[in-house]
Amino acid sequence: MAKQKHKTVLLDELESGPWPSFVSGLKRLRDSDDKKYAPMMNDLLGQLEHSYETTRGFWKGGTVGVRGYGGGVIPRFSEVAEEYPESKEFHTLRVMPPAGMHYTTDFLRKICDVWEEHGSGLIAFHGQSGDIMFQGASTENVQHAFDGLNEIGLDMGGAGPALRTAMSCVGAARCEQSCYNEQKAHRTIINTFLEEMHRPALPYKFKFKFSGCPNDCVNAIHRADFAVIGTWRDDMKINQDEVKAYVKEAGRKYTIDNVITRCPTNALSLNDDDTLEVDNQSCVRCMHCLNVMPKALAPGDDKGITILIGGKRSLKIGDLMGSVIVPFMKLETDEDFERFTEFAERVIEFFAENALDHERVGETIDRIGLPNFLEAVGVDIDPNMINHPRTNSYVRTDDFNEAAKHWISRKKERAEGKDNIRDDFVAAAE
Amino acid sequence: MSEEKKQHRKPIESGVPDPMQFMHPVLKANFGNWDWHERPRPGVLHHVSKTGEDIWTVRAGTQRQMDVYTIRKLCDIGDKFAEGHVRFTTRSNIEFMVSDQDKVEPLIDKLQEAGFPVGGTGNSVSVISHTQGWLHCDIPGTDASGVVKSLMDMMYEEFVKEEMPNRVRITTSCCQINCGGQGDIAINVQYTKPPVINHSLVAKVCERPAVVARCPVAAIRPAMVNGKATLEVDEKKCICCGACYPPCPPMQINSRESTKLAIWVGGKHSNARSKPTFHKLVVSNLPNNPPRWPEVEEIVRKILYAYKDNARDWERMGEWIERIGWPRFFELVDMPFTHHHLDDFRGARSSLNSSAHIHF
Repeated sequence: MAKQKHKTVLLDELESGPWPSFVSGLKRLRDSDDKKYAPMMNDLLGQLEHSYETTRGFWKGGTVGVRGYGGGVIPRFSEVAEEYPESKEFHTLRVMPPAGMHYTTDFLRKICDVWEEHGSGLIAFHGQSGDIMFQGASTENVQHAFDGLNEIGLDMGGAGPALRTAMSCVGAARCEQSCYNEQKAHRTIINTFLEEMHRPALPYKFKFKFSGCPNDCVNAIHRADFAVIGTWRDDMKINQDEVKAYVKEAGRKYTIDNVITRCPTNALSLNDDDTLEVDNQSCVRCMHCLNVMPKALAPGDDKGITILIGGKRSLKIGDLMGSVIVPFMKLETDEDFERFTEFAERVIEFFAENALDHERVGETIDRIGLPNFLEAVGVDIDPNMINHPRTNSYVRTDDFNEAAKHWISRKKERAEGKDNIRDDFVAAAE
Repeated sequence: MSEEKKQHRKPIESGVPDPMQFMHPVLKANFGNWDWHERPRPGVLHHVSKTGEDIWTVRAGTQRQMDVYTIRKLCDIGDKFAEGHVRFTTRSNIEFMVSDQDKVEPLIDKLQEAGFPVGGTGNSVSVISHTQGWLHCDIPGTDASGVVKSLMDMMYEEFVKEEMPNRVRITTSCCQINCGGQGDIAINVQYTKPPVINHSLVAKVCERPAVVARCPVAAIRPAMVNGKATLEVDEKKCICCGACYPPCPPMQINSRESTKLAIWVGGKHSNARSKPTFHKLVVSNLPNNPPRWPEVEEIVRKILYAYKDNARDWERMGEWIERIGWPRFFELVDMPFTHHHLDDFRGARSSLNSSAHIHF
C-alpha cells in the first residue's frame, strides 16, 4: 500500500509562475507509482518541505564510494530519517560530461534509463564545477548506478581534496572567437591526471577551466586554480567593408560611443571614411569590439593561450582572481600540448608538495610570494604578470645587476632563436 | 563467494568523454572554422562558417534540477526539431542546434508550449547560476532552487528579451563559501551570529586542530567544557563566516533568526572592456523567507531596473556603477550606506578612495 503523500504547502507555491518548476518535477517522480524511486521522492519532498518550514538543512555527510575510486560520490544521510525513512540515504554521484556538454538525445535517454533503474530520477545539468549531478541514490545503489553510467561511457568526476571536474566553453565547435581547441586541452589535462581525481591525495581541491577567448564564458579566471584563456598575439582581423556596414547601420555617434571609446587602452580610432584603425600593440584582447562587431572583427592567426593561476572564492584569505603566470603559449602541435601538460604537472606537483592542508594554490602563492612560486614551477618573470612594478622601497636589491643580466640574455636568446621559439613561455627548468 | 567475486567490477577509467561522438554534424564539420554570428531574435544564435554553412541555435531555460520526464521531453523535442543533438551552457540553459532555418520557429513554438522559456542570449538576464541548497547540501543556509525559481519568475520577461544594457549574470549561494560565484547581482547567505556549539559532540565529530586552522581570524581555540575536550569561539573576534561549520557540524552556524541574505553587485568574469571584478556589498540582513523570498525579490528588482533605466549600452552593472559612482548608486536603489560597506579585511585599503575624485 502506497504511503500517504507528504503535504507540501510551501513548496506548492513554487509551482506557479512562468519559469520551469523543479517542484513539479520532483512531484512527477514522487507520483510515478510504478517506479522504485517514488517512495524515496515522496520522503525527499517531505524533508524539503520541512526545510522550508524550519529554514534548516537536514543532510549530513559520511563515507560512501565506489570500488576502485576514492572520490566522486557526495554522501548524504538524512538527520531526520525517522520521519522520512525512504530518503534517509540520498547520495550524489558527480559524473563528468562530454567536454563542451554536447549530447545526443539517445545518450541522454540512456543516462535517464540508468538513473531510473538505480537512482531517484533527478539529475542536475550541471553542477557549478561542471559535473552531471545524479542526485539521490541509496548507499547500496551507488555502485550499481556508477557501473551503469560507466558502462555507457561516463566516468566519475572529482570531489574532496582532489583534481576536480573541469569545464570548457563551446569554443571551436561553434564560436568564431575560439583561439584554441578547448575540448582537446580539457580532455588532455583531465585524462592525463585522472589519478589525482579518482584517488584524492592533494592538500585541497584543484580546478582547471578552459575558455576559448577572454570573454571567459566558463568563468575560469576567478573560479579555477588553473585558468586557460584563449588569445592571439598578431593583429586582429578587420573586414573594413563590414566595419562600414556597421557604422552605416548603427550611426557614427553610436559607433564612437560604444565601440571606439569603450576600448580600455584607446587602441581604436574611427577614420573619416568610416573604416577602423587599430593600434594592435596597445590592444589587450579584451574582446569588446569583437563582441559588438562580430562580422567585422576577428582574432588574429597567431593564436594561443594565457594561463592564470590561483583563482578562488573567499575561504580563507578572501577572494582571489587568478594571476597571469604564462602570458602566451602556443597550443597547436603535439609538442605544444606535451609542454602544456608538463607545465600543468609541475604546478600540480608544486601544489601537492607545498600547499598546507585546505589551502588553495592561490593562497599558497600569496603566502610564499610570486617569485618563489615562479621559481618552483620554472617560469621566468614577465612584465605581463603585473599591473605595475612595486611601489615601496622595502626590498634588498644587491643582486639587481645579475638579475638584469639574466633578463638581457634571455631577451637576446629569444631574439636570436626567433624561428625556433614558438612563444614567450620559456621554462627556466628547461 | 563466486557471486561476490563476480560483482567486483573494475571501473573503466575513461575520463572526460570525447564530445565529437555526440556533436551536431554541422558543428563537427565546421569545428574551428566558424566565421561570424548574429542573433536574429532573442534566444536564437545564427553562426556561419567559413565554408558558408549555417547553424541556428535555439536556447531555452531549464530548472537545472531535472526529473527524467523533463529530460525525455526535451529529448523528444530535440528529435523532432533539432536532429537529435543538444548541449547545455554553463548556466544550465539547453541549446538545440538546427541546420534548417525553417525548423527554428516551430522549435521555438514547441519549447514555449512545453513550458521552456526561449531566451538567455545577448543582453538578457540569463539563468541564475545555481547551487544546491536544502535539497542536497550538507551546510546550506537557504535553498537554491527555490530562490532561483522565484527570481526567474520575476525576471522572466528579461530572460526572453534582450533589452538590458549588457548581459546580466546573477548568482545565488546558500552559504558564504559562495559556490555560485561572482555576479552582476549576487544573492548570498550572510550569517550574522557566531556558531552555537554543541560541546558534547565536538571531540567525537571534529578534528579540532583542523577546525582551529580553518578560522580566517583565529577566533577558535581548544577548551574544556564539563570535563570534555571541545572548542570555543572568541565571539568578539568572530566574523560569522561559517568556515568552521563544514569541518565541525556541532558548531552550528545556521538558525532561523541569524541566517540572513545579502545582496552584492558588480561582479564580472569577462575581460571585455574592464578586467574581471568581484561583486560588492549592497545590503545585508534580508530575511531568509521561503518559499519565495519576497524581500530579496523586491531589492533585486530595484537594482535590475535601476541598471536597465540608467546604464549606457554595453556597461555591465559594475561598469555602470564605476561611472556614476557609489553615492549615486545607493541613491538610485534607495539603500542605506553603512559602516559595514567599508571593507576591513585584508587588503581593505585598496578599496578606499585616495584621491579628490568625488561624485557630487
